[in-house]
Amino acid sequence: MSKLIKLKIDDVPSLPRHAKLRFDHARKKWIINAPERVFELDDIAGEVMQLVNGKDSLNKIIDKLLIRFEGAPREEVTNDVIIMLQSLADKGFLINE
Amino acid sequence: MNELKKVKSFSTQEKKSKTLIPYAMLCELTHRCPLSCPYCSNPVELELKSNEISTDLWKTALSDGVNIGILQAHFSGGEPTARKDLEELVNHASKIGLYTNLITSGVLITEDRLKNLYNSGLDHVQVSIQDTDPNNSEKIAGFKGHKKKIETCGLIRKVGLPLTVNAVMHRQNLHNLKNMIELAVDLDAERLEVAQVQYYGWALKNQTAFLPTREQLDIATTIVEEARIKYKGILAIDYVVPDYYAKKPKSCMGGWGRQFLNITPAGKVLPCHAAESLNFLNFDNLKEKSLSWIWEHSESFNRFRGTDWMPEPCRSCDRREIDWGGCRCQAFALTGNADATDPTCEFSPYRNVLEEPLSKAGSKNPDFIYRKYS
Ligand code: SF4
Ligand code: SF4
Repeated sequence: MSKLIKLKIDDVPSLPRHAKLRFDHARKKWIINAPERVFELDDIAGEVMQLVNGKDSLNKIIDKLLIRFEGAPREEVTNDVIIMLQSLADKGFLINE
Repeated sequence: MNELKKVKSFSTQEKKSKTLIPYAMLCELTHRCPLSCPYCSNPVELELKSNEISTDLWKTALSDGVNIGILQAHFSGGEPTARKDLEELVNHASKIGLYTNLITSGVLITEDRLKNLYNSGLDHVQVSIQDTDPNNSEKIAGFKGHKKKIETCGLIRKVGLPLTVNAVMHRQNLHNLKNMIELAVDLDAERLEVAQVQYYGWALKNQTAFLPTREQLDIATTIVEEARIKYKGILAIDYVVPDYYAKKPKSCMGGWGRQFLNITPAGKVLPCHAAESLNFLNFDNLKEKSLSWIWEHSESFNRFRGTDWMPEPCRSCDRREIDWGGCRCQAFALTGNADATDPTCEFSPYRNVLEEPLSKAGSKNPDFIYRKYS
């Protein structure tokens, strides 16, 4: 099992091979498929996860989100994104490249 | 950007969906299997190879599954690697976006085949291990393959696939639970499923041989709790107390016809793998009807869907949409009435039917009645 990570702002997060992101047309939602479980993402989590590509650092991901959601305070966004991604990491479904 | 707050719901995975969009399909590719476990979940009437449906029909069903919202395909059996088109089916499923899981006994598979499956897009493998003691393991399986299973687990990790060890535990191997947990860690599995024997079909014939004692169970629960702490972040352990000893029944596949469907080797579509034991129900076949039609319209899926079919005490119980009245197959097997509240529920008027089997738990170990073609 992948080592647990504590996310930092310059980490480059990505999904491990056994977790897969895709859009499900029946539910009209982004989902992450993993062994014996499915994470159904709400709109925002879906936006965030689409930016998790194993190339961009958390910092970069937040830059992109701030362009997408104009006017949002950087600190708040950073905080929320880290909480969200850390909850995935805690379950072993996010790795640092 | 307040919207981002909503992200909190992100951590509440597996939310109960109100709409009936299925999550997973269990594809029982074949009933052929070199093992003959006496608790096999396959029906007592096994399908012959000549009745198995074609590669194309499987592919159509997988594609149709994606259209109705299925996210995961589990390839099982019997022994699914007995089918030569396994790679082709995995490849198809993976291409159309399904998460693919192979459920295998591990005794037939080579490294090359595992590599091919990996390259076909296989996402995950689940290997059953009958016991950590090789002799007992082979006695339970009715087959000499313990060593090969262990090797297969190593190969699975070597080619880069995540592994779940599936251990059906019962009174003849529960004393090795600790070893099983350590074995799973040694094999670099990421999950261990400590499954219980479910008593219908073959397992019901062997109930006295398998039903654990209360004491055995309490020890097992402690072992699991300790191991969960010790191996946090290394091994996830799924563990459910067998429902004969619980006060409430387990939820049947998240509710009959709500999240899950099962396809038999002959192409019958079932709401659960044991549903054919409900011998009064008519199950539609992929040779005649599409998967999406069967999911939505078939008699068998609608028969116990929702709560309208429920008798008391379920009908007015506040858990009716939590456990959905328990297991239909178990209710039928134990009471002869498929509409009855699951007898493993403390409110069931039939609760006393459990007394007889429970009183025999631990008294003797009768010989196994092995799974075989009749
Ligand atoms: S009815 Fe029983 S056997 Fe069938 S899926 Fe539900 S719990 Fe399992
Ligand atoms: S009465 Fe029915 S709904 Fe209530 S807990 Fe028992 S089985 Fe579940």
